[in-house]
Amino acid sequence: MSEQIPFTIAGRPLGSRLILGTGGFTNHEILASALEASATEMCTVALRRLDPAARGSILDVLDRAGVQVLPNTAGCYTARDAIITAQLAREAFETDWIKLEVIGDDRTLLPDAVELVSAAEALVDDGFVVLPYTTDDPILARRLEDVGCVAVMPLGSPIGSGMGIRNPYNISIIVERASVPVILDAGVGTASDAAFAIELGCDAVLCASAISRAHDPVAMARAIRLAVEAGWLARGAGRIPRRRYAEASTPDEGLPLFDQGAAAGAADISHNSPQ
Amino acid sequence: MSVSVTINGEHRELPDGATVASVIDTLPGAPEGRGVAVAVGGEVVPRAQWSSTSLHAGASIEVVVAVQGG
Repeated sequence: MSEQIPFTIAGRPLGSRLILGTGGFTNHEILASALEASATEMCTVALRRLDPAARGSILDVLDRAGVQVLPNTAGCYTARDAIITAQLAREAFETDWIKLEVIGDDRTLLPDAVELVSAAEALVDDGFVVLPYTTDDPILARRLEDVGCVAVMPLGSPIGSGMGIRNPYNISIIVERASVPVILDAGVGTASDAAFAIELGCDAVLCASAISRAHDPVAMARAIRLAVEAGWLARGAGRIPRRRYAEASTPDEGLPLFDQGAAAGAADISHNSPQ
Repeated sequence: MSVSVTINGEHRELPDGATVASVIDTLPGAPEGRGVAVAVGGEVVPRAQWSSTSLHAGASIEVVVAVQGG
């Protein structure tokens, strides 16, 4: 049984704070096992040209696992392409939900802020439930919320980099100021990164490569699931403040004194009592 | 008579009067029902309009399905 309190995105309750990206899994069998180990309730999928040689649909895998499908616009470089892709996704999956990705170049895969806001605004106007992949810029996150996005998905570091959360202060600022759920997306390399995201105040974490490209994806799926739960518990428990100097955890009161010849008739302890 | 079109970047000759629906029927691997979407000339064609949307010469058709991603 999960320790997590369910949260909602746009009124839809989710029992897990881990969202799984399905990219990078070697085959559908490993994906299915990782889905089970992760206990996720929502997964991303992408749209690509029909491949006549492809065997089996990922939708069947997701349906069998009972998870919700969150289509994305991965690979789009312009607002126009992202909008058409979102419309195709709405037709293909019969959902208005879209993880909006508009990237700036293929080397960094960083979001193109200008195209992203433009696409988000158009899609919200067209009735979509928009979850944008964004940078860790608090101002951009606010702009996306202002145009009607139901969540913001800031990156910890570039997609697939496994570099963790490079600017935790910015993530904290986004969390403090957002009135929609914040989902850390991209950069998680291992379980501790996911725990850190939740401890920072993120509502959920999206992981793909950290799990799918791990040596043992199923074990990593479970590890990250437990890390998200641990992060949630730790956040609720309340971390201690950071200090520059030590603060003893053992009390001074009742500490025995071993002073030089303090007691009359003390044994000769001069060998360890400097004169 | 035939109609020359492009499907997913590949040249195809279709019989006159071909529609989006008739094209989908000929594509191996196209899933039935949920999971496939079509755009013609950069415009999405809703499933309900597949059988009534004829393809004219030079049309560029994109047929997409769900894949692993994200």
